[in-house]
Amino acid sequence: MTRRRITPLVWLMFSGGGVVAAVFLPILILVFGLAAPLGWIDPSYAHLRAVVGNPVTFVVLLGLFVLMLVHSAHRFRYTLYDGLQIKRRRTVAVLCYGAAVVGSVAAVLVLVSAL
Amino acid sequence: MSPSGGTPTDLRPYRPRISTWWWTRKRSYIVFVLRELSSVFIAWFVVFLVLLVYAIGQSEAAYRTFLDWASSPWVIALNVLSLVFVLLHTVTWFALTPQAMEVRIDDWKVPGFHILAGQYTGLVVVSLFVLWLVTL
Amino acid sequence: MTSSTADTIRLRVSRYRPETDSAPHFDEYDVPLRKEWTVLDGLNHVKNEVDTTLSFRWSCRMGICGSCGMTVDGEPKLTCGTFLSDYAPGPVTVEPLANFPVARDLVVDITDFLQKLPRVSPWIIRPDEHRNVEPEVEYLQTPGQLDVYRQFSMCINCMLCYSACPVYGLDPEFIGPAAIALAERYDLDSRDHGTSQRIDVLGAHDGVWACTFVGECTKVCPKHVDPASAIQRYKLKTALHTVKAFLLPRGAR
Repeated sequence: MTRRRITPLVWLMFSGGGVVAAVFLPILILVFGLAAPLGWIDPSYAHLRAVVGNPVTFVVLLGLFVLMLVHSAHRFRYTLYDGLQIKRRRTVAVLCYGAAVVGSVAAVLVLVSAL
Repeated sequence: MSPSGGTPTDLRPYRPRISTWWWTRKRSYIVFVLRELSSVFIAWFVVFLVLLVYAIGQSEAAYRTFLDWASSPWVIALNVLSLVFVLLHTVTWFALTPQAMEVRIDDWKVPGFHILAGQYTGLVVVSLFVLWLVTL
Repeated sequence: MTSSTADTIRLRVSRYRPETDSAPHFDEYDVPLRKEWTVLDGLNHVKNEVDTTLSFRWSCRMGICGSCGMTVDGEPKLTCGTFLSDYAPGPVTVEPLANFPVARDLVVDITDFLQKLPRVSPWIIRPDEHRNVEPEVEYLQTPGQLDVYRQFSMCINCMLCYSACPVYGLDPEFIGPAAIALAERYDLDSRDHGTSQRIDVLGAHDGVWACTFVGECTKVCPKHVDPASAIQRYKLKTALHTVKAFLLPRGAR
């Protein structure tokens, strides 16, 4: 697959990731990053276990995680180009998308383990 | 000067180097770079969520341990910072979407305000849904 | 210290002589602060009355030719539409348009843009190469069809957008906002059949994909072309084109 074909598809994933991050992350950070650890809410463990074990949740969360990881990798890659003016572009691209792939694989394994 | 006159480029044009701090010169450039850096915090929180799912999948004890770790000051601080950057991402993403796409129904161009309102409605609906799903 | 009396304003003007200078320096001139005077009027006053060696480009002095673009107090502006009174008491710093090599004083080398523009084929492309055009017959277009691309046709090639774009500054291979906006102008024109030709050019790595949607190009455009919008729409168009190419067999594309 040529670079010409891949670039637009990666961009589509970047865009999808941007949308889901914009719409899902604020509440997720509020709930799981702040409210639950600080005790403002106390979700029942049994309920969370059931939600996470649901195959629909598996598909949804996998989609969200992968899209957001690709979004971050894509954006950060260009931040390194424009911000630090890094010349070794191929290395940066491989590292960024590679990290997204590693994260996605980890996400799959974890989500499967929780089914 | 060359006898034939030459184009301006024959005479050593001045090409200044772009400083690494080019983006500090204008407020809009600073906001742009901060917006781009939100990607770091988005990636962080995906990792956080994956760890959370793992803990939930293991046992209640693991989940409680995770929450304990998540309540330590530096994690809370990091997540507060993440929330700030994610909100910057959300606000800028929503604001740019009408500019990035033209939606036409027949010959009528949907005004940007409608697209903006639709996105914020989506944000509210999703947020309420997640809240409901978790606190059921 | 004030830099002008009530009826003059100081211009700090970048000077560069390629024969003798290794880098630009500033010369200062006090010019009359007249209510309706623009920075261009101030520069012409300098050239006529004070220092005839000052070099700069200008032509129509009414914001339609796109010649007089310069950096005024750090911002890309058409100097014929930038009023001195808005900068009182001054001083006003006038530099050549950023992101272009400086040829002399306020004159920049615009060859790069002039080479990029033809690459997007900014003209009506017909499958029959206009061979079947009858002399008395026009290509018809409704007001609705005109409306679809009109905004992007307003570009005067002033290159303020290239000056504001950090990506172009960092990566001069980027084809740039105006070129992409003009490609979109022709793609959207109902009389044109050249989209697939232009997508090939703009889908390259130095085409639309180099853009990170900073949005500065749109902010500085004096004709409200909104090149940033054209670029993002072009990205989506190219992406959907690529998806279709995957899904459909060769013949149907």
